[in-house]
Amino acid sequence: MSIGIWCAVTPWSSHSAESMPPISSVSPPASSTPLAPLGRSGITFASPDIRQLQADNFANPGMLWVTRGETIWRTPSGVKGQACASCHQDAQQSMQGVSARYPRLDTKRGTILNIEGQINRCRQEQQATTPWVYESVDLLAMTAYLNYQSRGMPIAVTIDTDNRTQWERGKAIFHRRQGQMNLACVHCHEQLVGRKLLTDTLSEGHGNAYPIYRLEWQTVGSLQRRLRSCFNGVRAAIPDYGAEELLALELYLGWRSSGLTVEAPGVRR
Amino acid sequence: MLARIQVPSQARRGEVMTIRISIQHAMETGYRLDDFGRAYPKNVIHTLSCHYGGKEVFRAEMGSGIAANPYFEFYVLAEQSGDLRFEWQDDSGVRGAERAIVQVVT
Amino acid sequence: MNRRTFLSSGFCALPWCTPIAWAQTETKREQFMREVSGGAVVNPGRVIVDTPTLADNGHSIPVRITVESPMTPEDYVQRVTILAERNPRPIVASFMFSPASGRAEVMTRIRLADIQDVVAVAQLSNGTYWYGQTKVIVTELACLEEVR
Repeated sequence: MSIGIWCAVTPWSSHSAESMPPISSVSPPASSTPLAPLGRSGITFASPDIRQLQADNFANPGMLWVTRGETIWRTPSGVKGQACASCHQDAQQSMQGVSARYPRLDTKRGTILNIEGQINRCRQEQQATTPWVYESVDLLAMTAYLNYQSRGMPIAVTIDTDNRTQWERGKAIFHRRQGQMNLACVHCHEQLVGRKLLTDTLSEGHGNAYPIYRLEWQTVGSLQRRLRSCFNGVRAAIPDYGAEELLALELYLGWRSSGLTVEAPGVRR
Repeated sequence: MLARIQVPSQARRGEVMTIRISIQHAMETGYRLDDFGRAYPKNVIHTLSCHYGGKEVFRAEMGSGIAANPYFEFYVLAEQSGDLRFEWQDDSGVRGAERAIVQVVT
Repeated sequence: MNRRTFLSSGFCALPWCTPIAWAQTETKREQFMREVSGGAVVNPGRVIVDTPTLADNGHSIPVRITVESPMTPEDYVQRVTILAERNPRPIVASFMFSPASGRAEVMTRIRLADIQDVVAVAQLSNGTYWYGQTKVIVTELACLEEVR
């Protein structure tokens, strides 16, 4: 896969990164939801079989995790023996549209909270129990279940003066060359969209379908799992799960996918 | 073992019902290696059966060649109202079961 | 070494001196089909293997197998077996049917370890065997290629 990236963007290929048009810098206004360039969801680059599988609410393997999440939602946990439902009642009502607004700024701590972070925050502070580890079946199930409640709703990540710094940081990471391959996200996911990377077609790199059931993983995985594979792909140092770097990047990606709808649980190859 | 089944709630006698089942299981092949080069032990669902009206109407015997989170779509002739009972077992001996009721009208 | 020793040293172990395996080696697929049919002839036809010609990923490939049959008590499909000869375990799955099935059709998702024909062998109630196949191109292989 990494050799494929190299072949696609080495200087002696006909479309060297340096000769591409300049990256448009779209800055958000001071305090309102910004208009990011309308994009194409990753599913539009997928084969008919994958599109059919994602659309089929029964055959979609990610729905197994959604079902598990639904059970966990109602299961008492922690010292106080409280379930998510104890506070949030019926998720189909209370959680509708919630995931579409994540990641968001945790105003108290000044850090970015993605859905996984919010779930674990509730577990530790409200349920007085241990946080779930990234890629654990329960955290994936709960993420899938919550994001599923926003399925079909537009991404609504807001950038304002409070999270602007983190947005800038995410944007810098997205545009920064890194790793042995010396590539930035923008090279594949904006400048070379639609071109082939070995057997894959390069998508715009949106996270609106996450968590996804990836055929390659043979299981459901989080957006951070996918981002870390990309860092690995360009042979860069891979940030740890939950790292600030990844959270800032998630915030930028969330803003960048404005105009798309939540598709969780997605299916990708 | 978590599974989802799709059985029509109602069918006409003589109608061919579409039955679907999706089971959460890694179907570990025994070929995957961990970071130390040791193989994860093989553990796959080897048998899945469906009983309806007191007899077995579908049976699948499988191995690691079936994809993870096994999915099947098969057909059953609607005869009488009653249970469709699903049972499956993996190499480690863990069993799963699910059932659904179908109302058959004439 | 003298002449006698040289001659007895095995110089005469030439091809026409050794016993030859006259029997033609059958292909692996024929061998597996014979295993499934218990030696009976497996006729081409009646079985449709519907699967993509280019797989997204070898770990999960949709396959729908349909067998032409009235599925009456007098004439029905008893069993369908999926074979993938280049898989480490070539017999992928076996499905049992009866007149209570109504339709000799099953759909599932399989793993393929290499570019190959997916073969489905059907056993009918009249004792005959039939098969169908479709070639699938797989670029990301299951089982034998470690994916982290």
